[in-house]
Amino acid sequence: MNFFLQLVVTGFSLGMIYALVAIGFVIILKCSDAFNIAQGHFVLIGGYLGYTFLVPFHLPIWAALILAIGVAALLGLVIERLALRPLVGQPELAIVMMTIALSTVLEGLVTLIWGGEYKTYHGVLPTFTLAFGGISIPPESLIGLLVSIVAVSALMFVFRYTRIGLAMRATADDLKVVQSLGIRATTVYSVSWVIASIVGVIGGILLGGISGVMIPLAEIGLKAFAVVLLGGINSFGGAILAGIIVGILENVAAGYLDPLVPGGGFAQIFPFVVMVVVLIFRPYGLFGTARIERI
Amino acid sequence: MAIFRTRSQWGGLLAFLVLLAVCPLFLSERVLTILTMIGIAIISVHGLNILTGYCGQISIGHVGFMAVGAYASAILTARLGWPFWVALPCAALAAGVAGLIFGLPSLKIRGFYLIMATVAAHFIIIWLVLHLSNLTGGPDGMPVPKPQIGSFVFNSKASYYYLVMGVGCIATYGAVNITRTRAGRAFVAIRDNDLAAEVMGINLFSHKLQAFFIGCVYAGVAGALLVHYYGFASVDQFAFIDSVWFLGMLIVGGMGSISGAILGAVSLKLLDELVTMIGPVLSALVAAQAAASLALITRGLVIILFLIFEPRGLEHRWEILKGYFRLWPFSHEEAE
Repeated sequence: MNFFLQLVVTGFSLGMIYALVAIGFVIILKCSDAFNIAQGHFVLIGGYLGYTFLVPFHLPIWAALILAIGVAALLGLVIERLALRPLVGQPELAIVMMTIALSTVLEGLVTLIWGGEYKTYHGVLPTFTLAFGGISIPPESLIGLLVSIVAVSALMFVFRYTRIGLAMRATADDLKVVQSLGIRATTVYSVSWVIASIVGVIGGILLGGISGVMIPLAEIGLKAFAVVLLGGINSFGGAILAGIIVGILENVAAGYLDPLVPGGGFAQIFPFVVMVVVLIFRPYGLFGTARIERI
Repeated sequence: MAIFRTRSQWGGLLAFLVLLAVCPLFLSERVLTILTMIGIAIISVHGLNILTGYCGQISIGHVGFMAVGAYASAILTARLGWPFWVALPCAALAAGVAGLIFGLPSLKIRGFYLIMATVAAHFIIIWLVLHLSNLTGGPDGMPVPKPQIGSFVFNSKASYYYLVMGVGCIATYGAVNITRTRAGRAFVAIRDNDLAAEVMGINLFSHKLQAFFIGCVYAGVAGALLVHYYGFASVDQFAFIDSVWFLGMLIVGGMGSISGAILGAVSLKLLDELVTMIGPVLSALVAAQAAASLALITRGLVIILFLIFEPRGLEHRWEILKGYFRLWPFSHEEAE
């Protein structure tokens, strides 16, 4: 039983980070109908930024977070303005290909700047372990959990009470109405990319603290897609809940199934299996709205 | 409408085929290798073009289906001792069936959902290849015999070039004609507006599955040719990112056009060669990782620039150029 609970707890804190990354994806999708395949690369960049600010620069974690958020905001702004703005109104495939191409360019830049080597800042974050019963929570996971909760609540506050947050929700709902009310859709697009890249980068810093940073960290983006599909492609709450579900399921599956499957590694494709099952049986996810199409 | 309307077009085609046939006589082995790789890429891109360019079903799992064909052919020839000529159609069929299975959700889902389903297909296929190590050799890969007719073995560069170009010509001929059939026209209707197509009496499910089947058959043939060329099959030859390049070839060349697919495959493969030539120089000058990052950045940038500035691809440019010279030196057509 302890083994099971331990898996659930670790999975939960991992799931919060997935949820954070998935929220970035949902924000862009809701506001501008663009599928951001490069979301995982924001995470990758976040991990390396965290390494750079914490290890060679020796900054305290709060300063590193603030600086990384600044870089992320700039990155999101530039990407939206240069790459995505010219494609407004283009077919879906063009936008998807654009974000895929962006992801390779970002990966190329990361390789150029950081050399694509394995970096870790394991001991840099404060060390303390919470243990109750026989279950221990590693410090990185705990920090991850705390930051994720803070970030998610901050986002919820923005979306509920601020002007731009309301504008973003309105844009997601009906672009034409928003434009006729005098809200600039382009501002909303920019802000959505900035927020997405910030949450991606925060997720990257947290994940980097848990497992170290390397190019394959970008694959976390693919897991976030599984989360998004499970939660419903246009639902924030769904993304959070599905993030936790996928995190826990993945950990539990790895804990129990890996000894059974020859060669192991089932946890890696587990999110994809979830994805295919969801797509076949409930394509709009747990909380998404079913799309009704008319000619 | 006939594919070729004038005698000069027939002449051009014949001249091109003759050029393809004689060029091994005076080209170096390195150039032949590049041409062979381009040929394999063209076959694969034709499949993706029918699936994505004509039928509008976006697939980023194309390389996964190539892997199915490759391993099917490898297992049939190496483990069961079947001749290549029997194994190749079987490999194509196997890839097609895999395409059917992963195409099944395509009736219910589209756009991003379908993209994710094909991504999942890629990773599930590669995982299966890695874990069925009795059959596939798992992570170590497996040796694959070279194709042969009687006692003649296709182990020289030139002979394999002829094999790939032969298959490539048949594949192109097939692709051109598939897009002219009833099914091909139905694909285009589905791409443009699937609900309208359904109302017109096109069976969406069957046609989407047909597109998946045909596209993946092409992928299977390309995959089989690839591993038989190397004489070795391993999962490293089927990286996820290559699926993205195949889509990139379609974008650079021009979607929904056979000549676009060919143009795209040729130009991106040539760009790759350029990068592999410049890469080491840059690595020596700047930093060790410059070559790897240059490859990623140039490919990504090419796709980005085409999406922004010429979303209809090189094929469209070519048509504009032809139109210009048809009217030259008078730049406006006289209204009739």
